[in-house]
Amino acid sequence: MDLSIFGYQFMQNAILSTFLGGIACGTIGVFVVLMHMPFIGVCMSHAAFAGALLGLWLGFNPLLGAFALSLLSAAIIGPLADRGELNPETSVGVIFSLMLGLAFLFMGLMPGNKSGALELLWGSILTNTRSDIILLGIVTVVVVGLVFIFYKEIQATIFNRNIALSVGVPATLFLYGILFLTGATITASLRSIGGLLIFSLILNPAAAAYQLTYSMKRMFLLSAGFGVLSGWIGLLFSYLFNIPSGATIVVTSSVIFMIAAIFSPKRKVKGWQAKPLLKEG
Amino acid sequence: MKSTVIDIENAVVSYREDIALRGLSLKVRSEEFVGIIGPNGAGKTTLLTIVNGLGKLLHGRVSVLGHYITPGNGHSLRKQVGYVAQVQNIDPRMPISVREVVMIGRYGLLGLLRRPSRHDWEIVDEVLALVGMSHLTWRPIGHLSGGEQQRVAIARCLAQEPELFLLDEPTASLDWKAQSGILELVKQIHDSRHLTTLFVTHDLSCLPVACGRVVLMKEGLIWGEGSPDELLTDANLSQLYDMPISAVVRLRKQTISVQD
Repeated sequence: MDLSIFGYQFMQNAILSTFLGGIACGTIGVFVVLMHMPFIGVCMSHAAFAGALLGLWLGFNPLLGAFALSLLSAAIIGPLADRGELNPETSVGVIFSLMLGLAFLFMGLMPGNKSGALELLWGSILTNTRSDIILLGIVTVVVVGLVFIFYKEIQATIFNRNIALSVGVPATLFLYGILFLTGATITASLRSIGGLLIFSLILNPAAAAYQLTYSMKRMFLLSAGFGVLSGWIGLLFSYLFNIPSGATIVVTSSVIFMIAAIFSPKRKVKGWQAKPLLKEG
Repeated sequence: MKSTVIDIENAVVSYREDIALRGLSLKVRSEEFVGIIGPNGAGKTTLLTIVNGLGKLLHGRVSVLGHYITPGNGHSLRKQVGYVAQVQNIDPRMPISVREVVMIGRYGLLGLLRRPSRHDWEIVDEVLALVGMSHLTWRPIGHLSGGEQQRVAIARCLAQEPELFLLDEPTASLDWKAQSGILELVKQIHDSRHLTTLFVTHDLSCLPVACGRVVLMKEGLIWGEGSPDELLTDANLSQLYDMPISAVVRLRKQTISVQD
């Protein structure tokens, strides 16, 4: 196998992007899985895609549009879900379909060549620029840093928002903070992974980690690790078989999930209960 | 005479078109144990949420531990108020241990940016021992039975070192043995720590012996107040639940004879 390709700048950029994106998406995924909000994430990633297309159409930075629209969708869904005015799944479904409709509307209105739009749909990790990597790096450091600093408040909010509120933790603020970070991560990874595929890289590594541990700290670490592993293995397959990297990354993350689900100790609860949980604290 | 720690004046709370509390007033003195009884939909849970600052008042004033509740001071107040809800539906795969759940009780007190110290963990272990859950310290919380989860919820409140203890139907959906265990524990905590306690239940058999005063609620208002002996008569309860108590007793007897 000729590995000289890994000496090129574009490939090194891709390896660094998948490393950073894997950590950020894997970390965000823990929130998405444990707070039972996968559809909110799907909706936000499609909103980001629509926002990026709006930027392309009107001639401003697509990532700015992506960030604005994903936050707008979170700002609409969050309070609806929080107040219980609507079944959250219904409101998310309505906004999801609106975002998908807007995305294709903007694509249709865009004059000329649509390759830029398709790149945002499927992602193109091999054309990542230094500024893309810097943005991804900043978002990753912020996401990991905030989880580290506010771990106990995040843990309480994830476990049960009402209990967190009742002991004096500002859980609503943390819920919106989590939605904000999800929007930022989706935006920063959009160019590499693509609007249609980004959500799998958020959900699959965390869902795999969820199968394997009863410790939240370990779940964060495993999920970030699986995110990076999905990126790197996907990149390798993309190079070996000359297929789109976004797709190989997503398929790899799904395979990791399946392996984790098959070997999950949580499937054998009774057998597990005989052994104590490893000490930590 | 003990000082007043809860003073509710003419509280009105509404959820869209439904009015949950219709101008309710109540005073609770320090170290009192008050049982709040009434049928479903009487506004019992809403009453607890305005005491811990989570409910939104449409009208009236609520003073708790010497402070009037405003939209801004709920967080600081809740650090001093322990709250145990009904048995929650917890995902059995949730990656959090019993010990960590009890520690959540101290998170509000610790404040942002401070991590639990060894002293905090010692308090957690102490309250877990008090509620008889030391042997399950390292178990994932979702693996516990309903009764065990309620003991952990009580331990979480005690770890909070609260000045007020609110219990909202803590024994609902538990079997008789678990129910009596929880009631005994609540009594023991009140006897030893003298915490001002509000205990909400719709089931009269779940009223702890420690209860010194009962408040009967119906349709968002206080319907009666006094000592359990003078208030919990067949006539009062028949009116409160809109059903003759003798009929309830008869139905229960029929069920038992069918099972025999």
